[in-house]
Amino acid sequence: MKSLEELAALRERMKNSVAMRQDNSNTTRVVVGMATCGIAAGARPVLTAFVEEVNRRGLQDVTVTQAGCIGMCKLEPIVEVFQPGKEKVTYVKMTPDKVARIVSEHLVNGNPVMEYTVGAYME
Amino acid sequence: MQELSLNILDIAENSVKAGAALITVAVEYRTARDRLTVTIADNGCGMSAETLQKVTDPFYTTRTTRRVGMGLPLWKMAAEMTGGALAVQSREGVGTTVTATFGLSHIDRLPLGDLPQTMTTLIGGSPEKDFVLEFDYDGRRFTADTRQYRAVLGEEIPLSAPEVLSYIDSAIREGIAKCCPDPGVL
Repeated sequence: MKSLEELAALRERMKNSVAMRQDNSNTTRVVVGMATCGIAAGARPVLTAFVEEVNRRGLQDVTVTQAGCIGMCKLEPIVEVFQPGKEKVTYVKMTPDKVARIVSEHLVNGNPVMEYTVGAYME
Repeated sequence: MQELSLNILDIAENSVKAGAALITVAVEYRTARDRLTVTIADNGCGMSAETLQKVTDPFYTTRTTRRVGMGLPLWKMAAEMTGGALAVQSREGVGTTVTATFGLSHIDRLPLGDLPQTMTTLIGGSPEKDFVLEFDYDGRRFTADTRQYRAVLGEEIPLSAPEVLSYIDSAIREGIAKCCPDPGVL
């Protein structure tokens, strides 16, 4: 059974890495639409997949957050990626199995996965 | 919505937007009475009596970005199609409580689904707020309370840190399994 002692041990292990996260101003923001439309289309497991993949790779300069309805309900789940000094990239019809590729190619290497973007979908 | 936990996430997001500091999700199974009760209570801004009358109308919303509001209507439908009901109590400046009851064994009752993931999504999205999960299966109870976690973590480690969310997810998963060893009935 998970005990509060385990959480206290986790706190001790995490102290240094959290300080690094807060000090970094070059942060990439991953925003997942989490309104009724997004949730019904499957946004919750997509968000969890991003959190897990970012954590697994130990990416210190990426935050995963939530937004309300982005306004294109039929294209949900929608994920927007904001990187400092770059244009926003909007991914549509997201699924958890697309997440690892976006983290690897876009968040780590800086190349958006064009085939998953709203631009590619509209063509 | 394919599982009740998705509705729970959606309704609790309303509490987040209502500026609540504390949001409580209570899930209570009573097999002898063939009843499941899900209560989502917050201390947010609440609603006027006029708004309260319209909240389950899918063509009413307080948003200005679009003209439909599907969250509560879908939750009401999920309850009513199992012979249950939805009740919404609210007072301006005090908070809102949404109570849904379900016919537990009704063929149209959606499964509970991934409640731990719903809770970690809520906590990760609003780490400054407090969330309580009260799970009760025929009197066997488990409670997860972010106020307790926050007291252990102190100010420097946010509840939204992935390692913390992973801990909370496991704690809730274990807690639910302890109350109800057969997840197939949830």
